[in-house]
Amino acid sequence: MSEHDKDIDQPTGVETTGHEWDGIKELNNPLPRWWLYIWYATIAFSIGYMVVMPAIPALPGMGTNTRGLAGQSDRMAVAEQVESLRTQRSASGAALLTASLEEIETDRELQQFAMASGESAFGDNCATCHGAGGRGAKGYPTLADDAWLWSGTLEGIQYTLQHGIRHEEDPETRFSLMPAFGRDRLLERQQIDDVVNHVLSLSGREVDEAASSRGADIFAAQCASCHGEDGAGDRTFGAPNLTDDIWVFGSEYRDVYNSVYDARNAHMPAWGERLDEATIKSLAVYVHSLGGGE
Amino acid sequence: MSRVTLITPKSPPPAPPPQDLYAKRKQIYPKLAHGKFRTVKWAAMVGMLGIYYLVPWLRWDRGTGVPDQAVLADFGGERFFFFGIEIWPQEAYYLAGLMILAALGLFLVTSLFGRVWCGYACPQTVWTDLYIWVERAFEGDRAARMRLDAKPMSFNKAWRKVGKHAVWLLIAFVTGGAFILYFHDAQMIAQTFFIGEAPLSAYWFAAILTFTTYVLAGTMREQVCTYLCPWPRIQAALTDEHALNVTYRYDRGEPRGPHRKGESWEGRGDCIDCKQCVQVCPVGIDIRDGAQLECIHCALCIDACDDMMKKVDRPTGLIAYDTDIAVARRAAGMPTQYRLIRARTVLYGALMVAIAALMAWGLLNRGTFEVNVLKDRSPPYVRLSDGDIRNGYTLKLVNKSGEAREMTLEANGIDGLELDVIGLEATEAGRMLLPVAAHGVDRYRIFVTVPKETAGGRDHFTLLLQDTATGELHGNRTSFMAPGD
Ligand code: SF4
Ligand code: SF4
Repeated sequence: MSEHDKDIDQPTGVETTGHEWDGIKELNNPLPRWWLYIWYATIAFSIGYMVVMPAIPALPGMGTNTRGLAGQSDRMAVAEQVESLRTQRSASGAALLTASLEEIETDRELQQFAMASGESAFGDNCATCHGAGGRGAKGYPTLADDAWLWSGTLEGIQYTLQHGIRHEEDPETRFSLMPAFGRDRLLERQQIDDVVNHVLSLSGREVDEAASSRGADIFAAQCASCHGEDGAGDRTFGAPNLTDDIWVFGSEYRDVYNSVYDARNAHMPAWGERLDEATIKSLAVYVHSLGGGE
Repeated sequence: MSRVTLITPKSPPPAPPPQDLYAKRKQIYPKLAHGKFRTVKWAAMVGMLGIYYLVPWLRWDRGTGVPDQAVLADFGGERFFFFGIEIWPQEAYYLAGLMILAALGLFLVTSLFGRVWCGYACPQTVWTDLYIWVERAFEGDRAARMRLDAKPMSFNKAWRKVGKHAVWLLIAFVTGGAFILYFHDAQMIAQTFFIGEAPLSAYWFAAILTFTTYVLAGTMREQVCTYLCPWPRIQAALTDEHALNVTYRYDRGEPRGPHRKGESWEGRGDCIDCKQCVQVCPVGIDIRDGAQLECIHCALCIDACDDMMKKVDRPTGLIAYDTDIAVARRAAGMPTQYRLIRARTVLYGALMVAIAALMAWGLLNRGTFEVNVLKDRSPPYVRLSDGDIRNGYTLKLVNKSGEAREMTLEANGIDGLELDVIGLEATEAGRMLLPVAAHGVDRYRIFVTVPKETAGGRDHFTLLLQDTATGELHGNRTSFMAPGD
């Protein structure tokens, strides 16, 4: 503003900025000098900050961002936190190793620890197939219901987790083989139709009575050795109960027909190869708690 | 309203010198005032500092396992304790309500009596007052301090300055230290603090508040009020010509001028231009220039002027709590009028009563027991081997009272429904008994099974909990999911 149009506010004698809003003018009071010094201080601080902390991103030819004198790195900080958590947890982790599964389930503190780590391990490793909360999917058994193929006890679940199902690298894996009755030409299509009618009748479904009674003989000859004469299944072979309402591979005629024709020999990895013992135990406790524990 | 123009008495300004962009701070040496407002301020200072330093040491028995500190913000335990009241995080609206009440209280007081908060109660004012008191003890009153500052450094000057700053720092530390007592058990933190075992945050906050107290009350003082605090700006919108502000009654004081004993008072004002009002002012302004943003309404200039008026045998109250309109009307020869009951004061008062009543009602009728039912989302339902459908729930029982409880649980609303609580057996009478700890949250996993004949789509049932001792009943309607539509 040039000298001649200086506008002086009358009562205060202070110069105005010359701006006016609805008749109100803004006084141009001088700023306290310490305010200016604080501003200088923030500039000094920001320079110091750039020297001490990572501040300048990787520019072409630099390869990496500046590291700063303090060597601060969020990635390292997280790694340290994870490490210290691990040592903090190792006490509970060690207790998990020595305690039996029953002890873990009854000791409130251990149980909560196992449930928490089991839940997160389940989310990372198991939920991909079995679904969150063990809800299951076609071909992947629901873990929250009351039916088990191999075993529903704590020890049984731990064993399955440890060695897997039909996991060939593990000699102790849970193993059985259902023949592909159709594909391997063990049964004719007509015979398969008969046996499927019989299997469906076991759980009280409406079927073709004549076909079903023909199928009963085939069932006794081909299937009963594993699934039991009454079709109630046998956990030694992981052979499902065919008389209940739970069908891992589907309950429709087509589903069951395909099961008999092509056989169902599902796999589960032996988690003992990948997870440590404490995690396996935690997982067993967690899976057992989902609703089907025996 | 009568046609009265509000004028600020001031001689026309001299030609302004070229204005500087930045202003150097003028050191202020407030003189000690004596009088009724000074007495009130001393009393208010002792009272408020006493409350601040002592309240954390009050105890309040709440039973075992719960802090017995009367006022405590327990962040670790996620509780706020205020004597008999216990606030949980989900009830933070009580704190919000308290803030709203405090804000409205400020509005009301400001529209009635001006910046009472700034003058008597604001921590900035109270601690500054305390610091000036210390300064005076070491360096003497205004004139002595001005002389001391003008002198070159000497032993006398050095020990007075060092002593003053040492006592300031001590007060600052006690202030910062007392702050953390509100967030931890006072006895425990006071002990661990000095042996280096208190949490890092305690040292951090104690250090921050020590620093801010020392700087704000020791050196910044009126600069905080004038440049940093938003309140002087807000109060301009809250005050009006009917608010009782600390006011120089120019109708009576002008024309001002020195007065010699025995001279007549005819044809002149009562102001003898002794500048006592300026000398006691902690923000270094001249109240005779009219209402100013810097004025914190400490009323010390009233005391100073009353003193002078007594000496020259004129009535006191040349500077007094008065309204702009009253002064202007007197100056125009009209009768004064005061209106404390105005639309804005009535509105603020009514709002405060309404909010206080709402909060009191909420607190009095606040249940001490809460039931939350969280339905499992995954799986939404499970088909059991016999075809029945089962849903899982987490039952969260929140007990805010100091008594442990035992609740019976039943469920009904769907034919054939069966209820299981994991880890609990039904009693012989077939009842589920759920223990709930005092001051705690207990979680139970429950399974509800519905036969396949009656399950289908989305259905609803009711969980009923009853306190076995008091009979208090809590119902919770919850959904049940099954395949189908
Ligand atoms: S103290 Fe009273 S008499 Fe003295 S200058 Fe101030 S207003 Fe005038
Ligand atoms: S003008 Fe008076 S009331 Fe205002 S700050 Fe100064 S002494 Fe206090």
